[in-house]
Amino acid sequence: MYKIVRKRALNPTVTEMEIEAPLVAKKAKPGQFIILRVDGDGERIPLTVAGTDADEGTVKIIFQTVGATTEALHHKNEGEYISDFAGPLGVPTRTEGIKKVCIIGGGVGCAIAMPVAEEFHRLGAEVTSIIGFRSRDFLILEDEFRAASDRLVVMTDDGSYAREGNVTVPLREMLEAGERFDMIIAIGPLVMMKFVTLTAKPFGVPVTVSMNPIMIDGTGMCGGCRVTLVRGGERVTKFACVDGPDFDGYEIDFDEAASRGRMYFDFERRAHERTCNLLKGAN
Amino acid sequence: MAKLNMRPDKNPMPAQPPEVRAHNFLEVAKGYSEDAALDEAMRCLSCRDMPCVSGCPVNIRIPEFIGKIKEGDFEGAYRVISESSSLPAVCGRVCPQETQCEERCVRGKKGEPVGIGRLERFVADYHNEHDAGNISVPEPNGHRVAVVGSGPSGLTCAGDLAKKGYAVTVYEALHTAGGVLVYGIPEFRLPKAIVKKETETLEKLGVKIETNVIIGKTLTVDELFEDGFEAVFIGSGAGLPNFMNIPGEGYKGVYSANEFLTRSNLMKAYLDEPSTPIMKGGRVAVVGGGNVAMDAARTALRLGAETVYIVYRRSMEELPARREEVEHAREEGIIFRLLTNPTRILGYENPENARDPKNGFVTGIECIEMELGEPDASGRRRPVPKEGSEFVLDVDTVVMAIGTSPNPLIKNTTEGLEVNRRGGIVVNEDGLTSRVGVYAGGDAVTGAATVISAMGAGKTAAKAIDEYLTGKKEL
Repeated sequence: MYKIVRKRALNPTVTEMEIEAPLVAKKAKPGQFIILRVDGDGERIPLTVAGTDADEGTVKIIFQTVGATTEALHHKNEGEYISDFAGPLGVPTRTEGIKKVCIIGGGVGCAIAMPVAEEFHRLGAEVTSIIGFRSRDFLILEDEFRAASDRLVVMTDDGSYAREGNVTVPLREMLEAGERFDMIIAIGPLVMMKFVTLTAKPFGVPVTVSMNPIMIDGTGMCGGCRVTLVRGGERVTKFACVDGPDFDGYEIDFDEAASRGRMYFDFERRAHERTCNLLKGAN
Repeated sequence: MAKLNMRPDKNPMPAQPPEVRAHNFLEVAKGYSEDAALDEAMRCLSCRDMPCVSGCPVNIRIPEFIGKIKEGDFEGAYRVISESSSLPAVCGRVCPQETQCEERCVRGKKGEPVGIGRLERFVADYHNEHDAGNISVPEPNGHRVAVVGSGPSGLTCAGDLAKKGYAVTVYEALHTAGGVLVYGIPEFRLPKAIVKKETETLEKLGVKIETNVIIGKTLTVDELFEDGFEAVFIGSGAGLPNFMNIPGEGYKGVYSANEFLTRSNLMKAYLDEPSTPIMKGGRVAVVGGGNVAMDAARTALRLGAETVYIVYRRSMEELPARREEVEHAREEGIIFRLLTNPTRILGYENPENARDPKNGFVTGIECIEMELGEPDASGRRRPVPKEGSEFVLDVDTVVMAIGTSPNPLIKNTTEGLEVNRRGGIVVNEDGLTSRVGVYAGGDAVTGAATVISAMGAGKTAAKAIDEYLTGKKEL
């Protein structure tokens, strides 16, 4: 059992928790993820590590309430326990040789992008961050990004806060103005990562994307998290849990990944409704 | 004592009728009654040279335990078995006896061999039912050993060492102990309560089982030594599933057998309102001919599939699954498409509507007929495609059960650990790796094999670790 040490709401649907898991806290690096189960017969879900405190032995996770499991997790309070918490899994985000980086976060993907930005900042790289949200209500982690970035651009789709438009708009402006980055790291919805890659392509700037496919064990056993890379015309199967979650944006087959991500759409919707009803009954 | 029984046939195994069991996850084979066990034991000739024992990877003293059954001393029989095997209730159910002990049974020359596996299962089940759970914990010998993985090799190694007084900690990456016995082999073939009982017995012996620890990630092998462990056994099991690399494997509805079985077994997706989803019902093709393929096919059937195919590129003669599983599968209505090999998977694409919810789901599997040519490196006749014989099976789920490749996590984080070309850990006849004090066994070494061979490897390593740590053997 793993204790929830702290919990706070970042916005109405996004929650931050710090979980007591000393072994994971000691090891986890930006870009890695954990797998958790909330209770007994619960589902295993992967969540990216949003920060660690090795001295206190805690790991920070940030999640959006989208399905049954995140709903159940959201209803857990400080001092309560979740049944399983394993990690760190996946390969940490590559930082070597990157002196000038553009971090692009979309929505709750900013939770994953933030520790990556912090890591580059700590290593002395020049960090440009572009973070985008649907509207002001969905904004998270603005202060944290400001502290970790040399330059921060905030975008909202509807213009209800900061600049209107999506994250590719300022990226294109920078690239067209002749700015170059050693690496663009895009973390967010698949469609955002796809369009960041397409935007960067004409300028020849490398793009890393963080894939978040459906996973079960997360340790390199089930193969459910496979993604297809197109490499020199060949289709290559890779596993996000052990080969990723970071991949070269130019190689990923985003359309297949998006399709596979919707495999259990109906099931997930029904399970979420069921959980909501259960939790309503309990409260 | 009763007279020898010279009937040529084994006592039949009572089983749920096929039409009933095809729709439930309860165990198929129900086990011998005491009368059937006594009667079957009387078929054993107690051969002096014991050919059966040499066919057993862990050398259970078979005539001796059967002798105890003949005397009605079932607990005595259990003690004989448990001196050689840590998991009798498991092996009695999942061992391929027909290619091991029973293959060498003298009675098999004229008629059927003695039902050794069935007797082993009977003894283990009798013990589990009547056992009061009293276990004498051995005197600690002051040595600490870490075991990586709680599958058959790890549990065996841990059990053997614990019985000698070692303080053993088993690290398991998943949330439940048991490895493939829990995530891979289905409930209807190996009830999870049996695995739980076996792991609890180990815990009573003093073995600590730490779940949610991924060696190679949470802790490394070197850190285990820094923590004070004096030897490490790696039984991390088979790794990532293989795919065929044919077009369409990214469509929704294509699973590896590992994923399909893990969803159903470990995550209990077979329940009515599971928290982990799985595609249930419809038409299913399982590609492969091993035990894992049979398990996947029979699981699909029980999840409600109307039609389930086994697609295998060689003939029945080469099909590697345990005979009993093949027979059970056939009785349940699984359709065997032999000498058949998939060439691509077809999926639904609506060119008019990119948002059509059916887009990207499997609609069929295109296969080609095969014929057997000259023997290949494995000695089996190589299947070659018959040109122009392609045809399509209409299915909406495809399960690839064509083997696995070793997991890279430990190899990548353990300096000096030698692996072979295929990624399997290299060991000597004692299970010793290229690193001092690091032993390995099971699928992590051999690639996908049987539960019993993994147990044999765990046993060999336990003996070698004991000799190493007590200085009985110079390195």
